[in-house]
Amino acid sequence: MISRIVLTTGFLLVLIGLWGVLTRRNILRIIIGFSLMGTGTHIVIVAIGYVTNGTAPIIDHALSLSEAASRAVDPIPSALAVTAIVIGMAVTAVMLAYAIRLYESKKTLSIDAFTESKW
Amino acid sequence: MTRRLSIIVAIVSFGLVFASLVVGYTEQQTARPLAESYIRLVPQELGAPNVITGILLTYRAFDTLGEVAVLFMVAASVGLVLGKERQPRSGPLADRFDEVKPSSEIVQTGTQTLVPLISIFAAYIIMNGHLTAGGGFQGGAVIASGVLLMLLAYPQYQPGLEFLGITESVAGALFVLAGIAGLIVADGFLDNRILPLGQFGAFFSAGAIPVLSALLGIKVGCELSVILERFRP
Repeated sequence: MISRIVLTTGFLLVLIGLWGVLTRRNILRIIIGFSLMGTGTHIVIVAIGYVTNGTAPIIDHALSLSEAASRAVDPIPSALAVTAIVIGMAVTAVMLAYAIRLYESKKTLSIDAFTESKW
Repeated sequence: MTRRLSIIVAIVSFGLVFASLVVGYTEQQTARPLAESYIRLVPQELGAPNVITGILLTYRAFDTLGEVAVLFMVAASVGLVLGKERQPRSGPLADRFDEVKPSSEIVQTGTQTLVPLISIFAAYIIMNGHLTAGGGFQGGAVIASGVLLMLLAYPQYQPGLEFLGITESVAGALFVLAGIAGLIVADGFLDNRILPLGQFGAFFSAGAIPVLSALLGIKVGCELSVILERFRP
């Protein structure tokens, strides 16, 4: 149940991000839209790995070695989410760098001012 | 009008795809076989209580190496895009921020108190990656947040780019060397059993995982700091 709620939240975030990317005209807002899409994807990845009544796959006094296999969530989506977060941050950094250069060339952040590569 | 319509069509069709995924989703009742074997093998074979760190730094450490390469590429490309001939960047640092109002005393005192604490917290996160939630990437990001605080509070603060570059390269080279040592001494590239596994759950345990975590944290922290410095006007 709880993972379905989280899954829905993640997909809604992806949709909000997509809407922002498609409708906003300010480059910074478009970048925020991309970040929202990325965050939504991370939430979806983590939600898929949930096992009913599972807990974090860290063996300590709260989760003994013998019961770990039945009570821990799937660790692979969590590991993939770490990778995805780092890559998402990297993509955002490159997008922001381009936004700075675009602003310097036209002194505006509106996407409508950049018509050269439009088809 | 056509554009608005096509946007609506795109979002609605994505929404339908997502809705069908949510409707068809069933929560897992037990872990999948692969997950189960990871949960069983990481504490037994690698001696690491945190299964995710074990996966990231041994079983899928090659992925992590690729990720670090992506970060390096981003630092390089941000430097390429923002590097030269930007008007405000010319001239010595002190002149560029000559007429800038210095940050208030509250901000400065807060920074002086917080930056050491942030650094200690980053070291804690990095070094406990094999025991509890944490690891190199997370700790490196915390280090970079300390650098960001310094850049915001003191506009004239200049992190030593040369020092950061050399530290990062040395950490990256040592990471790869640890991987090659795994090929020679242990079972494969980036195997953590080149060092003794130690007592399960102790601070110095899990073979090479704490060492790899520390190298990764240093490398990520340096790379993110360089990226942040590039964004300065």
